[in-house]
Amino acid sequence: MTETLTGAQITVRLLERQGIRTVAGIPGGAILPIYDALGQSTTIHHVLARHEQGAGFMAQGMARATGQPAVCLASSGPGATNLLTAIAVAKLDSIPLVAITGQVPKAMIGTDAFQEVDTYGLSIPITKHNFLVSSAEELLEVIPRAFRIAASGRPGPVLIDIPKDVQAQAIEISEWPDPGRAEPAPAANSALIEQAAAMINAAERPILYLGGGVIHSGASVAAIELAEKASLPTVMTLMALGAMPVDHPLALGMLGMHAARYTNLALDECDLLIAIGARFDDRATGKVAAFCPQAKIIHIDIDPAELDKIKTAHIGIMADISEALGQLLPAVFQNSRKNWVDRSNALKAEFPFDLHSTDNPRSHFGLIQSVAACLDDDAIIATDVGQHQMWVAQAYPLRRPRQWLTSGGLGTMGFGVPAAIGAALAERGRTVVCFTGDGSIMMNIQELVTAAEENANIKIVLMDNATLGLVHQQQTLFYGERLFASQFRSSPDFIKIAQGFGIAAVDLDASANPCATLMEAISRPGPCLIHASIDAEQKVYPMVPPGAANRDMIGA
Amino acid sequence: MNAISKNEQNALARAVLEIDVNNHAGVMSHVVGLFSRRSYNVEGILCLPVGDGRQSRIWLLVNEDQRLTQMMKQVEKLEDVITIRRHNADHAVFQDLETFFRP
Repeated sequence: MTETLTGAQITVRLLERQGIRTVAGIPGGAILPIYDALGQSTTIHHVLARHEQGAGFMAQGMARATGQPAVCLASSGPGATNLLTAIAVAKLDSIPLVAITGQVPKAMIGTDAFQEVDTYGLSIPITKHNFLVSSAEELLEVIPRAFRIAASGRPGPVLIDIPKDVQAQAIEISEWPDPGRAEPAPAANSALIEQAAAMINAAERPILYLGGGVIHSGASVAAIELAEKASLPTVMTLMALGAMPVDHPLALGMLGMHAARYTNLALDECDLLIAIGARFDDRATGKVAAFCPQAKIIHIDIDPAELDKIKTAHIGIMADISEALGQLLPAVFQNSRKNWVDRSNALKAEFPFDLHSTDNPRSHFGLIQSVAACLDDDAIIATDVGQHQMWVAQAYPLRRPRQWLTSGGLGTMGFGVPAAIGAALAERGRTVVCFTGDGSIMMNIQELVTAAEENANIKIVLMDNATLGLVHQQQTLFYGERLFASQFRSSPDFIKIAQGFGIAAVDLDASANPCATLMEAISRPGPCLIHASIDAEQKVYPMVPPGAANRDMIGA
Repeated sequence: MNAISKNEQNALARAVLEIDVNNHAGVMSHVVGLFSRRSYNVEGILCLPVGDGRQSRIWLLVNEDQRLTQMMKQVEKLEDVITIRRHNADHAVFQDLETFFRP
């Protein structure tokens, strides 16, 4: 049957056919035809963000929680530029995101028309790929392709810029393209897998180094099996937290700048580093020349450009992690590796991670532990960026993949609240906790009203030290205690702000029994802000000073 | 006098990249953007359509640099790049163009 549809209607239909059920965005002049068509959709729920950056983070909250591409929408000009930070975050963390922006009509492109900006040009370096669509017919090819690119290989954001006249153009449609799906990953080179297995079997002090690629590939179970079979002490990057439960006997926690001492010291001693879906980020490696100085390196990654980028691998394998681990597992010998596991446990005992005063819910670690005590592993834990993020990464008992949503590569304050809203809308059965700071929450605080409007089941734990904590920490440690522009001279009343936006709020400072107050706030359905003052003098420790080797940690 | 001629020096210090791409607006921007963001200068660019015009071939003259291997991998990842090949700087493609570039 032939239908006559506009570019806008085609866009919405293609999103429906992709299985998209929730989108986040803000309308504006140049995207109104798409919004008009979206309003007629009975299957897609539109979440009206209050800033386009919020919409971009909501969409990637959905994508991070589910692993499926998610969609955000914005108009031309400022709508598109406001979206850019969120797109860049998705690029740095390899998150499948499809951003659709309206553009001025084709005939006006290049004339400095009202709300015209070169969205295509601006988005080139922060997208995996981008499109400027020049006809309604082209949408039939571009939209499924955008989803395919976003989900295939190393995932990433794709932007589709659609001029208003293309949205309005009506064409006849007799046949619909298949939805865009991830392409099957190329098979790992079996000769290289065999060499890698032999190298693991011969190693005396191997360490497994898991990155975000393990989460993206759904390979957590296989990675744990490999670790257990070959007795591999295992470190995780910030992006991989949850891939192996932190309380697994082989888990050494997060590596790098804010790792426990035993983690970085074990890496210093290893003779083989098996990097899986990790990219040797500078916050993980510290001074690269001094990172795992005795180790040979096996590096498995789906992105060939990551192999040999920072560290030259002895064996580099371009492959999907699940597929590669499937081949590697049978070739690796069962090995209890008693000496090395004992050594790794001895390091843990000798240089333990100090979760000081965890029984006091008014301390930073105590608060995190008290929140964890109110929840099970089904909960999703989102964070903003700063001291609170690192403390949660260090102290929260993360135990499953996609439990942990954080802005890793770009480290973007303002990520937490909207990402948590997105996750809560995509996974309605789960409680979503967003740990944030008083600096971060202010960067997208307008989305509190979106949380109220959507009745999103998010619990925002605001750790308030009235400072930009990590800046304060660095100025204290490395800039002669010259504190400048890192202490807020004026702070808002966050309880009134939350209530003003229409969400419940509790203040742990004013509670005689903070644990009970916390439990009550977390158990109550719907959005809630939980305010807790913390000590501004607390530091994220241990810390590897910028540019130093990971073994040279300071503090705690 | 220097024992190495100008051409030989160029051959040592430079490389020529041959990149087959889909021919549409924006491809050149994707390719050269990878160089400019790393402040890696592109010394010469040639580009013309190939065959029926659905594809183009971009020739780049670049300085030898330890980053060149990584650059090629990044270029290869672009959706619209079909293949990339590396040649020595004495490749013929840029050689007869000097007459157009006299000060």
